[in-house]
Amino acid sequence: MAITMAQALNTALHDAMAEDDRVVMFGEDVGTLGGVFRITDKLQERFGDKRCFDTPLAESAIVGSAVGMALYGYKPVVEMQFDGFTYPAFEQIVSHVAKMRNRSRGKVTLPITIRIPFGGGIGAVEHHSESPENFFAHVAGLKVVTPGTPSDGYSLLRESITAPDPVIFFEPKRRYWLKEDADLPTQTEPIGRAVVRREGTTATLFAYGPMVKTCVEAASAAEDEGWDLEVVDLRSLNPFDAATVVDSVRKTGHAVVVHEAQVFSGFGAELAAQVAERAFYHLEAPVLRVGGFDIPYPAAKLEEFFLPDVDRILDAVERSLAF
Amino acid sequence: MSAASNPPQSVPGPVDPNTLLPPDEPVQLLDDQGTLHEVEGFPLDLKDEDFRNLYRYMVLARRVDKQAINLQRQGQLGVYASLLGQEAAQIGGAYALDEQDWVFPSYREMGAALVRGVDPGKVLHLFRGTWLSNHDPMATHFGLLSIPIGTQALHAAGFAMGAKFDGKDLVVMTYFGDGATSEGDPHEAMNFAAVYDAPCIFFVQNNQYAISVPLSKQTRAPTIAHKAVGYGMPGFRCDGNDVLATYAVARQAVDRARRGEGPSLIEALTYRMEAHTTADDPTRYRTPEELEEWKRRDPIARFETFLEAEGLLDDDFRAQIDEEARGYAARMREEIYDAPHGDPMELFEHVYVDPPASYEEQKAMLRREIASNQEGGS
Repeated sequence: MAITMAQALNTALHDAMAEDDRVVMFGEDVGTLGGVFRITDKLQERFGDKRCFDTPLAESAIVGSAVGMALYGYKPVVEMQFDGFTYPAFEQIVSHVAKMRNRSRGKVTLPITIRIPFGGGIGAVEHHSESPENFFAHVAGLKVVTPGTPSDGYSLLRESITAPDPVIFFEPKRRYWLKEDADLPTQTEPIGRAVVRREGTTATLFAYGPMVKTCVEAASAAEDEGWDLEVVDLRSLNPFDAATVVDSVRKTGHAVVVHEAQVFSGFGAELAAQVAERAFYHLEAPVLRVGGFDIPYPAAKLEEFFLPDVDRILDAVERSLAF
Repeated sequence: MSAASNPPQSVPGPVDPNTLLPPDEPVQLLDDQGTLHEVEGFPLDLKDEDFRNLYRYMVLARRVDKQAINLQRQGQLGVYASLLGQEAAQIGGAYALDEQDWVFPSYREMGAALVRGVDPGKVLHLFRGTWLSNHDPMATHFGLLSIPIGTQALHAAGFAMGAKFDGKDLVVMTYFGDGATSEGDPHEAMNFAAVYDAPCIFFVQNNQYAISVPLSKQTRAPTIAHKAVGYGMPGFRCDGNDVLATYAVARQAVDRARRGEGPSLIEALTYRMEAHTTADDPTRYRTPEELEEWKRRDPIARFETFLEAEGLLDDDFRAQIDEEARGYAARMREEIYDAPHGDPMELFEHVYVDPPASYEEQKAMLRREIASNQEGGS
């Protein structure tokens, strides 16, 4: 059956809340409205307003109160309405969500899932198209996960909610309407495992979240050039699946990492360093990074000039192969 | 009814804001001479044993505080944040709680910690730097000391929301200072607690200074307690150096929360007689005259006068407390003096329940570094 990413995420929330009554879902407009992207649709209707509820408009409080509710014994799932509105909660996430277990010497665990729709490509106004994943990938104590397919949307979200550690769950909002033939419930590879989406031998494209689809499209287009590209979906930035990444580089010898976030100090830098440290002699060329330019996310009519696309990706592949 | 016919809302609830305002004068039950006066609305439900217990906690807190300062002077603690002068505020508040209730403290709450049965020696590991924290919050219902200002207020609000949704008889009290009332988190916390009628008490120890900055530079509000009105909760204000006032006010707020009537804000007017921390020099921002004035309002001396007049304080009881305090101090020295840091390998143990594979590589590296230092160093 064809399902969208949005349906998969919504079903995952329904199933998680049905399975465990300690799971609660809250944030801005997630109750009556069902979320601005409808990811929490009908949760309040089904589970009541103590399990799924609208909060006042305050991101720090949404995350900070989730810490208190987790200490009480709940498993909070909270929604940051948009990537660019996550920053008021940054202190609570970095100073408490990530660190409290360590600070308590393991006496406290915080099974919190923070859902963040992220990335561009939907023609939105400023602050609605950002890719802040690397801020969080840098913080010890957090897991940072992002699905590239509807099946992964379901399975990774279920696992994030069950996981005893806090998870920052980035939802690729331009892929909310991406369809896949899949039956729910489904269980895919666990958090921390990268997956080869398309096998190939010429070069490897590494991507996550919204860029997985773009990379698969780039690989199809590359067939015209006679290139057989491998596409690896990282799925989880922290923990990072170095083994799968290195295996692919050993096979192809060429690595291009793709994300929407600006290239400078982005996650691609970490991947490039990991590959250099672990597979230096297997590389035929330097790891190349493809991403947004090192500028603020532009106005909607200009975003096509900012976002990586098939051409920018294949241009990088060409440079790698020509090295 | 169409949405258009709804009248515009300004105040969402039926609450008359005048009923939420703090009284003109802070609630005081014991005057400066230690004479007890009844105050309408704040009855005392304390027995002789409670009076003696409040005194006992205050004296113990002061002795524990002094021992901690001494340990810092001896180089055993990196830093310490004294509560000297704030004993009545902290202890009166915490004494109004029951066993199942929770406290979310800042880093200056050794008095409240004692009331909750937290071992002060364990708390001091934070200041020594042996561990980031070393008491069990789940067992003591006393949260981890929170250093980023006011951030713990949200944990308290969330915990209280949890209790409310779960239908549990449980009240949460969070402590923070006057400076924290300029931060965003306490305000978001008060708003959340109020919106969900959460049983949460926001206990502000207004000790007049945020390190060096006086309250006059912190706010233009008439008082801190007035801020409660903006959230639709009552703002209480009391003499924070009068343990019977802090208790009586906390009693009202706690009872209110337990009845399901929601959160309250308490402003206890007190004074930090010591420096902000042992690393601070308060002579740069306040006068000796001001300090002398507040020393005359010492919360323990005032309560002592009252207890003596009531015949509740005799030499035997003083000796008993003295012995208990010596025991506390001895155990603190035992716990902290030359306490070695923990096993460095434990640094990796508690970050995640399910740690990343990279930790194995990093642990191996640290093991090699330690082994090579031991070979080369000794």
